[in-house]
Amino acid sequence: MLSDPVALQLAAELFPNGISRYVVGGLLVGLGVVVIYAGTGIAAGASTFLESTLSYVSGQSRFQRYVGSRDWRLVFTAGIVLGATVFAATVQSGVITTGLYEAGTSGELYEFAGITFWWTEVQPWRLFVGGLLVGIGTRIGKGCTSGHGVCGVGSASKTSIVGVVTFLAVAIGTAQIVMALGVTP
Amino acid sequence: MSADRHPLFKPLIFVGGLIFGFGLAFSQMARPEVVLQFLQFTDFGLLFVMFGAAVVSGIAFAVMPRISDRAPLTGDAYERRLKPFDRNVLVGGAVFGVGWGLSGICPGAAYASLGVGNVTILWALAGMFVGAYLQGRWRSQADDANPDRTAASTD
Repeated sequence: MLSDPVALQLAAELFPNGISRYVVGGLLVGLGVVVIYAGTGIAAGASTFLESTLSYVSGQSRFQRYVGSRDWRLVFTAGIVLGATVFAATVQSGVITTGLYEAGTSGELYEFAGITFWWTEVQPWRLFVGGLLVGIGTRIGKGCTSGHGVCGVGSASKTSIVGVVTFLAVAIGTAQIVMALGVTP
Repeated sequence: MSADRHPLFKPLIFVGGLIFGFGLAFSQMARPEVVLQFLQFTDFGLLFVMFGAAVVSGIAFAVMPRISDRAPLTGDAYERRLKPFDRNVLVGGAVFGVGWGLSGICPGAAYASLGVGNVTILWALAGMFVGAYLQGRWRSQADDANPDRTAASTD
């Protein structure tokens, strides 16, 4: 473990919330991908759901190509939503306590039906405009943080590595500009 | 992709999704604030989430084909289905990057964010569906106008 005071201070600056929640969360995200891959051979990404779900209501050829996968993608997304709710009902509500989870101070907690839920303070216009660009970009760019970032990097796909470097670099530049302009939260 | 899939196909996908969503919530990637803290260089924890998950899945991608020829629930081969590289990866990645940097939210994290009670994230989800619809409409029309391109531009 780290004992050098300079290294400790550096770690505290780079990771003010520690690393355990990130490591555990990342391992679980990977485990979810592995479970699906081991059983089905499918490397699942999250953003195709947007187009596959649109195939229920639109006959456009770009959406219709996902008719064969739209049902299981809906099931996958429902699992993601409910898995996060299980987290809220257990760890976030304090029913399960673990030293590996650092609660932090972002956003706002609220109680509903005996569960501690959370919501963001980031402004709706940022979420909507950002979401719009995420919807366009992930589909044109063939993947998002899970399809390229986790599955693609995990299979050492050159296309995905280029994709990840591109969206990470642009996202960092964008977030820095937004911060410099004083937009908060 | 046949209709006569194994009865456990969807239950397994659901369980995988549950673990995936629990992990996104535990890592707080379901919170736009925490993603923005990474992009603004005040907390680098996101790197552990993305690369931790990539390492775990990478091990499975490498090991499973050696253990078995076919996945039990689909009969499909364990193979690398690599996406072809073209200009779209750069253009789409850049557009996604602007959106991610502005909002701090990506698709999987948005679904998990809804699950932790973040009703406000419906703005982002609405945006994502509108964006996915717009690009699908443009590209469907381009494909229909030029059928030769459709064959070459598989996803």
